[in-house]
Amino acid sequence: MTEAFSAQKYLRNIKPPFCAGCGAYTVSNTFLRAIHELGYENLSKFVFCSGIGCSAWIPSPHFIADSVHTLHGRSIPVATGIKLVRPDVNVVVFGGDGDIVGIGLSHFIHAARRNLDILTIMVNNMVYGMTGGQVAPTTPFKTKTTTTPYGSFEYPLDAAKLAVTAGACYVARWTTIHVNEFKESIKKALEMKGFRFIEVISQCPTAFGRRAGFKDAGEMLKWFKENAVPIEQAEKMSDQEASLKLVIGEYPQKTRPTFVETVYNTMKEAQEAED
Amino acid sequence: MKENSTANVLFWQGNEACAEAAIAAGCRFFAGYPITPSSEIAEHLAKRLPQLGGISLQMEDELASIGAIVGASWAGAKSMTATSGPGFSLMQEGIGYAFMTETPCVIADVQRAGPSTGQATKCGQGDVMQSRWGTHGDYSAIVLSPNSVQELFTLTIRAFNLAEKYRTPVILLADEITAHMREQVILPPPETLKIINRRKPKAGDKAFFGLEEVPPMPSVGEDLNVVVTGSTHDEYGIRVTADPVIHRRLVERLNNKIRNHTDEIADYESYNVEDCQVGIVSYGCTSRSTYEAAESAQKKGVKTGFIRLRTLWPFPDKVIRKMAETAETIIVPEMNLKQLFYEVERAAQGKSRVTPLNKIGGGELLTPEELLAKILEVKKRHD
Repeated sequence: MTEAFSAQKYLRNIKPPFCAGCGAYTVSNTFLRAIHELGYENLSKFVFCSGIGCSAWIPSPHFIADSVHTLHGRSIPVATGIKLVRPDVNVVVFGGDGDIVGIGLSHFIHAARRNLDILTIMVNNMVYGMTGGQVAPTTPFKTKTTTTPYGSFEYPLDAAKLAVTAGACYVARWTTIHVNEFKESIKKALEMKGFRFIEVISQCPTAFGRRAGFKDAGEMLKWFKENAVPIEQAEKMSDQEASLKLVIGEYPQKTRPTFVETVYNTMKEAQEAED
Repeated sequence: MKENSTANVLFWQGNEACAEAAIAAGCRFFAGYPITPSSEIAEHLAKRLPQLGGISLQMEDELASIGAIVGASWAGAKSMTATSGPGFSLMQEGIGYAFMTETPCVIADVQRAGPSTGQATKCGQGDVMQSRWGTHGDYSAIVLSPNSVQELFTLTIRAFNLAEKYRTPVILLADEITAHMREQVILPPPETLKIINRRKPKAGDKAFFGLEEVPPMPSVGEDLNVVVTGSTHDEYGIRVTADPVIHRRLVERLNNKIRNHTDEIADYESYNVEDCQVGIVSYGCTSRSTYEAAESAQKKGVKTGFIRLRTLWPFPDKVIRKMAETAETIIVPEMNLKQLFYEVERAAQGKSRVTPLNKIGGGELLTPEELLAKILEVKKRHD
C-alpha cells in the first residue's frame, strides 16, 4: 500500500451533483480512503445499493463499480436479494436519513433483525435535502424547515440506537468532522459480517443549515464539533440534555449468526432431510 | 415430491401448480408476503426451493418482496413473488422499477374481490386494468391469464420465458377460483419444456440498456461495473434526467419491445370464430363457463363462437377484430364491472355490437346458464 490515495481512481469522470459545502463529498472521500487503506485496488468485490435522495448519488453512478440505484426506501430489500444470491460479494448500502429511517424504516429494522450481511452507511443531514428542505424523522425538535415554518413539533428518531435494539452486529455514529474515526469505523465494519450500520451526521448547508440558522457549511461543522459527545458521556446526561447533543462513538459489538449463514444452513438442512 | 418426478399425471391445487412450474422454469428465488388467496405459492416454494439450493423469503411487506426479487434477478437468479389485490397495489412501485430497469421477474397476482380488502377469500377479476396500468408513467405490461390448474403450470413457465426473453416483469393474473381449485395436471416430460434464459453480454458489451431492442443483461458481481437506475438513463445505465431525447429513446424502446411483439406474445384459444353470429370473449375463471354455454347455444341453433384470451396484455386487437368481422354481437363476461369490455369494444371498431355480462361479489362464478341466457337474449335481438 505504498501508492498514495487518490479518490479519482475509484470514480467515474462524471461531475458530482452535490452543492458546494455538502457533506456527501466528505462521506464519499472517506469511504474511498477506507477502501484504499484496506488494500482494494478497485471496487470489483463490491455491489452498492442506494435509494432516492442526495446520498443515494454517492455511489451511483460515480463509483466505478456495480451500483443499483433503487426506489425511495427500498435499497435494503434490493440488497437483500443481491446478497443472498451472491453471498461472495460485499454489499454496501448508502442512503440518507429519509431514505433509510423515513420511508425505508421497516426494511432497516428487519434487516438488522435478520442480521443481513450488508454495511449500511446512513448520511444523516436531518432533512429532505433533494426535495428542498422538508422536515425529516431526524430533524431536531423546534428546527425550522420548509414544512415546519414554526419549528418542528416532532421529536427525532435515534437511528443508531434503533439499529442496536433491532440486532445489528456493529453500530457507530460519527459526524463529517470525525473523518478519521468514521474512516476507521468503515474499515472495521467492512471486515465484519452481519448487519453493520454507520450513521454519519452530515451538513446540508443549502436545504437545512440556511433555515436552521447556520450561515454556511463551516458553521455547521462548528456545531458538530462543539456538540458532539461520546456515547459514554451522553449516557450520564439527562434525556433532555442528551437530546441537544450529537452522540458519537461505537456501540458494543455483537456476534450472532448472520442471515447468509442462517439461510444457507437451512438450505443444507432441507437438502439433507430430502436425501 | 419424489413421487411427482416419476408421475406424469398429478392432482394439484392451482397455487401448487404455479409454484412447481416456477421451479421447472428455473426460478430459484422467491420473496413474498402472506396474503389470501396466494399464500400456498409461498408455502410450497418455502418447502421446495431450499431442497433445490434456492431461496424463499417471507419479507416484511410487499414493497420489500418485489425489491428483493429485483435484487435477486440482478444477481443472476430467476425470481418471483406472489400476491393478491392489496399486495399487488403495494408492489406497483417495484413493478415500475423492474420495467424501467429491464429486470426479468414474475409477479403472480391471484385476484380476489376488491377494492381495498374487499372479500379476501372470494374470487374476482377486478385487477385486469391494474395489471396493465397499475404503476405510473408510460409502460407496457405483459399479463397472462390462466383458466385451469394445468394452465397455472404452463402459463407460469411462459411468464418466466417472456420475462427472460423481453427483460421485463411479467404478471401472471390468476384468480382465487383457479388457484384454489384442485384438478388434474398432465406434466410434460421435463426435456420437452422450452425454457428461455436471458441473453448474457458478450465480452466487450457495455450497452446493457440500449442499442438493441432487448439488450443483453449482465449480473452484478461479474466485474462489469453495471449501473442500474430507475431514473432515466442512457444505454450504459448512466442517469440523465433532463435530456428529452434520451428519455424518449429509452421509454419508447421499453414500450416498443413489447408492443412490437404483440402477435407473438398473444396467446388464445378460439372456437368457431369464422362462422359465429354471437361471439364470446372471455378469460380466466369466467371462461370456464364459456364452453358449456357455447355448446348449449349451438344445440339451440345459435351460431356461437368464442375467443378465450390467455394473454390479456398487450391486448391482441387483431384477434378480436377477426371475430368482429363475423359476429353480430360479442359478449364479454367478466367478474368485474366491465374492465376488459372496453378494450374488446375498441378493438371491434364498431363492426360488432359488444355487450357486457358482469357479476361481482361472493366469489360467485358466472354460470353456463347465465351465459346461455345472455346468448339467447342477444340472439332474440338479432331476430
